[in-house]
Amino acid sequence: MNQVNNPSFSNSRLINWFKLSSPSTFYPVAGKLIPVFWALTVAFGLAGLWISFFIAPVDAVQGQAYRIIFIHVPASWMSMFIYLAMAAWAGLGLIFNTRLSAMMAQALAPVGAWMTFLSLWTGALWGKPMWGAWWVWDARLTSELILLFLYLGFMALQASIDNRRRADKAGAILALVGVVNVPIIYFSVKWWNTLHQGASVSLTKAPAMAQIMLWGMLLMALCFWMYSIAVGLMRLRAIILEREAHTDWVRQLSEVKS
Amino acid sequence: MWNSPAEFFAMGGYALYVWGSFGVCVLVLFLEPLLVRARFKAIVRRLKQEQLAEQFDRESSK
Repeated sequence: MNQVNNPSFSNSRLINWFKLSSPSTFYPVAGKLIPVFWALTVAFGLAGLWISFFIAPVDAVQGQAYRIIFIHVPASWMSMFIYLAMAAWAGLGLIFNTRLSAMMAQALAPVGAWMTFLSLWTGALWGKPMWGAWWVWDARLTSELILLFLYLGFMALQASIDNRRRADKAGAILALVGVVNVPIIYFSVKWWNTLHQGASVSLTKAPAMAQIMLWGMLLMALCFWMYSIAVGLMRLRAIILEREAHTDWVRQLSEVKS
Repeated sequence: MWNSPAEFFAMGGYALYVWGSFGVCVLVLFLEPLLVRARFKAIVRRLKQEQLAEQFDRESSK
């Protein structure tokens, strides 16, 4: 890893967080963090799958089909959380005009879209045996589908504008307006009478599920969380190189030098 | 809790739904990083070629 622009960063014990907001400083840092997050993804994933399939007992009502919960809930949580993170980075980019924030938002959008897809896919496969339907136009399902369209809209809008800065701004506004959908998804099961069940885990009351199932779900959620960070950082590095291709520091990188 | 591998794979009759969920999930989580890595390698290759082209330019103009 090459740190041409910032010799002070690696020498100083005190990390200057503002320096990290520059793509040239964050690029090598991200490169070092990626393997750490992959290792955590694998560790949490193996532990979570072990509990999901070999420790958690069969459900009295739903039989073995309930095991879908171990990926359905984490994917749904991440789909909403990544959207908030993406909108926050996009908003920061809009306010402070920082290049890296806009790149972060751009790097997170596809991960979020995939998580939303997984949430809908596993939900359909769970709904068929339990409700007798792959899909119903219920408030929770419909608002989650709108979330998928928001992610796809964000990516399509950014891809359709040639001027990078204007693409960032337009994308940021779309992302920020779309934030209103996240509480709608989250509270939809309370506000409307939905076929979808209520929250299994909430901050205010004891979880409505067995302890061991909760552990399995939390471990899988951590696995998805680490995965999102790892793959987000990988994509961020590619985006940094694409968008900073003309700069001197990119030319000096060891992986680019021929 | 599982008496045989066959029982495990049958998932109490819900094999299609359980393995359909977990299978697609694993597939997505494997494919996405591979696609991102291909994108990263593509941009690095492009940058390398640009540098090589400039090097040739410099040498031929000497």
